[in-house]
Amino acid sequence: MFGKRHVLSMREFSRDEIDSVLDLAESLEPYARGGRCEALSGKILALLFFEPSTRTRLSFETAMMRLGGKTLSLGPAEGSAIAKGESLADTIRVIGAYADALVIRHPKEGSARLASQFSPVPVLNAGDGAGHHPTQTLLDLYTIRKESSLEDLRIALVGDLKYGRTVHSLAYALALYGADITLVSPPTLEMPASIKADLAGKGTMVREAHHLDSVIRDVDVLYVTRIQRERFPDPYEYSKVAKSYRIGPESLDGVRDGLIIMHPLPRVDEIAPEVDETRHALYFKQSFYGVPVRMALLKMLMEESR
Amino acid sequence: MTETEMELRVTPIGNGTVIDHIPAGQALNVLKILGIDRTTEATISVLMNVSSLRSGKKDIVKVEDRELKEEEVNKISLIAPGATINIIRNRRVVEKYTVDMPDLIVGVLRCPNPSCISNTNEPIKSQLLVKSKNPVVLRCVYCEQPITENIADYLI
Repeated sequence: MFGKRHVLSMREFSRDEIDSVLDLAESLEPYARGGRCEALSGKILALLFFEPSTRTRLSFETAMMRLGGKTLSLGPAEGSAIAKGESLADTIRVIGAYADALVIRHPKEGSARLASQFSPVPVLNAGDGAGHHPTQTLLDLYTIRKESSLEDLRIALVGDLKYGRTVHSLAYALALYGADITLVSPPTLEMPASIKADLAGKGTMVREAHHLDSVIRDVDVLYVTRIQRERFPDPYEYSKVAKSYRIGPESLDGVRDGLIIMHPLPRVDEIAPEVDETRHALYFKQSFYGVPVRMALLKMLMEESR
Repeated sequence: MTETEMELRVTPIGNGTVIDHIPAGQALNVLKILGIDRTTEATISVLMNVSSLRSGKKDIVKVEDRELKEEEVNKISLIAPGATINIIRNRRVVEKYTVDMPDLIVGVLRCPNPSCISNTNEPIKSQLLVKSKNPVVLRCVYCEQPITENIADYLI
């Protein structure tokens, strides 16, 4: 089911392809927890991060090591030094000859697509500016499938829906599963009309709300994202909005038993630490699931390129 | 204006290409897309705001002694979707067709997204996929941003 050479955008994934990644991730989960696996022994994965990242970078490194492979990496400092003089195309051609696959994070949108045009080996997009971050979406879907259900799903996407790249690709992928989506954001941070139109074109109508109160009791999954301070010219306006979207223990009165709360992390104060101890808090597990999901992608792309 | 008055303005060409039914005001953009600028040695006639039965007013471009290729002229469909191409040999129209938008537009328009990698000095040409011809909806191959309006503003 997986004929891809690169992983660049969720737009290119069919539901069957997503399912095949999630199935493989599930079978690899024991190895993500430390079981011995040599599937990619002798292979090298190059990590090219032109922008800082902790989770994504370490989780790709872990995934590769858990599969018995090795990594080499280019940090943000070296990345920016290269970016000054050399074209990305040249960097990709050079490093593509050292490794068996490339993971790239770059501030410009479409950079992973460009990399795929010059790379002799598979390219995985680990975030291109405000563009795509498909491995995050796949790990989100994996979390929902494992801890809730992708069938008849009712989900609320909360926070910055205008600039948050994770919610755009997640909404797009959820549309493939016919999910019932409610968008909860401040009026100034609503999901762009072009993305809503795209979803409508896929037969998914989304509801929109500006407040969490009633919505939270009516969903299976609450997907919370960070509202960034720098999006607001007025600090008072920011603190007012941020406070109204903060999830505390009191927000959980009357919610569904099986409600799961997800967050791509890092969180600042969108979710109070007291919520961490409740059965609803899934964000740390979600972050761990990035490992088996990335293992699945690496295995699919690199074994096929043998 | 009668046909005769029109001929007094610009005489029919003997050999070359006539691009007719260009929306009024777009003739110069058509030349831009075709890459015809001050360096050209061909004789070019540009008629703007000519009366037209079909659309009230239109522009016409005539390029003498050069038969433009279909893939070249199809690019102008972005701003002149109803334009017709007449290939003239010995004062006769030997070929006539309406421009058709290609599925992929390479190196003609820049992506409107300033953060797109195609707007940097990478060794690539801009690439826009045609998602819909009427109304025109294009999407950048790189950043996937859609372009739906003011298309002429993005001509390279």
